[in-house]
Amino acid sequence: MTALTSPLGRLRWTFTDGFTLIGRELGRLRNDPGELIVALIFPAVMVVLFGYVFGSAIQVPGGGDYREYLMPGLFAMVTFSALMGVMTRMAGDASRGVMDRFRSMPMARSAVPFGQTGADLLTGLLMLAIMVAAGLLVGWRPHHGLVPTTQAFLLMIVLRYALSWAGVYVGLAVKNDQIANALVPLFLPFTMLSNAFVPTGGMPGWLRFLADWNPVSALTAATRHLFGNPGAPSANAVWPLAHPVATVLLWSAALLVIFVPLSLRAYSRKGR
Amino acid sequence: MAEPIVIAEGLHKSFGDTHALHGLDLSVPKGTVCGVLGPNGAGKTTAVRILATLSDPDAGHARIAGYDVVRDAAQVRARIGLAGQYAAVDEKLTGRGNLRMFARLSHLSRREAHRRADELLDRFSLMDAADRQVSGYSGGMRRRLDLITSLILRPDVLFLDEPTTGLDPRSRGQIWDSVRELVADGTTVLLTTQYLDEADQLADDIAVIDHGRVIATGTPDELKATIGDRLDVELEDPAALPAAATVLEALAGAEPTTTDDRLTVALPATGLRLADIVRELDRAGVAAADVRLRRPTLDEVFLRLTDQKEPVR
Ligand SMILES: Nc1ncnc2c1ncn2[C@@H]1O[C@H](COP(=O)(O)OP(=O)(O)O)[C@@H](O)[C@H]1O
Ligand SMILES: [Mg+2]
Repeated sequence: MTALTSPLGRLRWTFTDGFTLIGRELGRLRNDPGELIVALIFPAVMVVLFGYVFGSAIQVPGGGDYREYLMPGLFAMVTFSALMGVMTRMAGDASRGVMDRFRSMPMARSAVPFGQTGADLLTGLLMLAIMVAAGLLVGWRPHHGLVPTTQAFLLMIVLRYALSWAGVYVGLAVKNDQIANALVPLFLPFTMLSNAFVPTGGMPGWLRFLADWNPVSALTAATRHLFGNPGAPSANAVWPLAHPVATVLLWSAALLVIFVPLSLRAYSRKGR
Repeated sequence: MAEPIVIAEGLHKSFGDTHALHGLDLSVPKGTVCGVLGPNGAGKTTAVRILATLSDPDAGHARIAGYDVVRDAAQVRARIGLAGQYAAVDEKLTGRGNLRMFARLSHLSRREAHRRADELLDRFSLMDAADRQVSGYSGGMRRRLDLITSLILRPDVLFLDEPTTGLDPRSRGQIWDSVRELVADGTTVLLTTQYLDEADQLADDIAVIDHGRVIATGTPDELKATIGDRLDVELEDPAALPAAATVLEALAGAEPTTTDDRLTVALPATGLRLADIVRELDRAGVAAADVRLRRPTLDEVFLRLTDQKEPVR
């Protein structure tokens, strides 16, 4: 055992413990393939449901194939699922005493939040890969070459990581897995109230305002732009949609700046 | 004499208006089992959480093996194990998976973690269930897994917060056996419980707590001695009850409790001889079918100390 007292030792253990927690996530998936199957089927259902059922009735602004328009929205949805996923995992551990066991062990204080967010990044990449495969199957393509395509995926990954920190904090704050599970259904209206599935142009004014400023819309617009998929925002769009890449980066930075320290504090706080 | 391995002095902790701890003192000598006995809400969990560095006291201090639980929390954590009232393990992992994970998080090497997991599973008879998901375990198996998870680093001090609450008698027996084995290895155990028989069975010393403070301490026998022996009298004729009650009240200085043809009274700790009692009853013309002196049970001690209406168990 190396001491946790030197900063270097702490850093090393934060990584080692983080990997152990990633291994834990993989073990959970292995033991409970149901979760994995849901994760596999979910994208397929979404692609079929939106791409073929709704898609037949939706007009893409500026023309173009609806499924090409849809895929960036689904990628954004998968990205934002990090918030809910990490939140429920943290709240589950907190309410079942697992968090207290971690806290009573000689671990680095930062190991659990870093480990959980790292583990989510891994499962998130897996989900994204499945979604990409589903998209390719139904005819979605990136059109702008390697560099913008890579940038689009990096953007999703960066935002996902930042969102997972918000999930850590909210999970630690609610502490109760029943409350956390009750919050999960909010995810759907939050992601739907955006440009991910339908153009915002036809929405009533106040709804459109919310949808245009929703970060889901910014991410969707940014990746549509980078992939060269249809549905680019109109010239007089609000600032976040006119500058979607910058907006996503700003959101990511803001989330990290706010929630990393808050989460670390919430994890080491002793109250009860 | 060496310093006790667990010391708490004047611990205070409030949650809003609730004084969960109100000047709690504890001291546990190395290698012994201390039973912290108290009804629901007495402050047992609050005390354990402070000793296990999960919560800071508002006032007072505590040391484990000489390390302050607030200032030297990291040192304390390296020396303790905690098994709470609920099984704090990952339901979706197997028993072995849980032990390996917690062993790795305790910074054992991968090989060492695997070895230690198997060793613990084997020793505490969970090997058969080692590769099953914990969600399929019985309540008793979960608690046992929780208990052995806290043993990974061979802690000097083990905190067990109500380790058998809600378990069936057989599972309780298995947990008790596990605790006895640990004690034989020299582990110091601080065990909270609402069950008197549990404290009686396992503890060298008992601290009875209520409303956040210790109201009595001692070995189980010492505690029983504090309230003196009990005198049970069974009458041949229930009609003699009032006369018998008068005699017993005069002898014991307390009103006996009566049921049908029986009287029970606590005797003063000074003690009375059976012969004297029988003679006094004779003189009053009371015919007794049976007169017995007996030691009080811990239940009676506990009821007396905590002024509870209902027996705890
Ligand atoms: N987090 C908390 N917030 C408010 N009150 C609490 C909290 N934890 C414990 N209490 C109160 O403190 C008292 C002692 O609780 P606890 O230590 O859990 O008792 P025990 O473990 O002996 O049953 C109880 O009255 C309980 O309601
Ligand atoms: Mg309790």
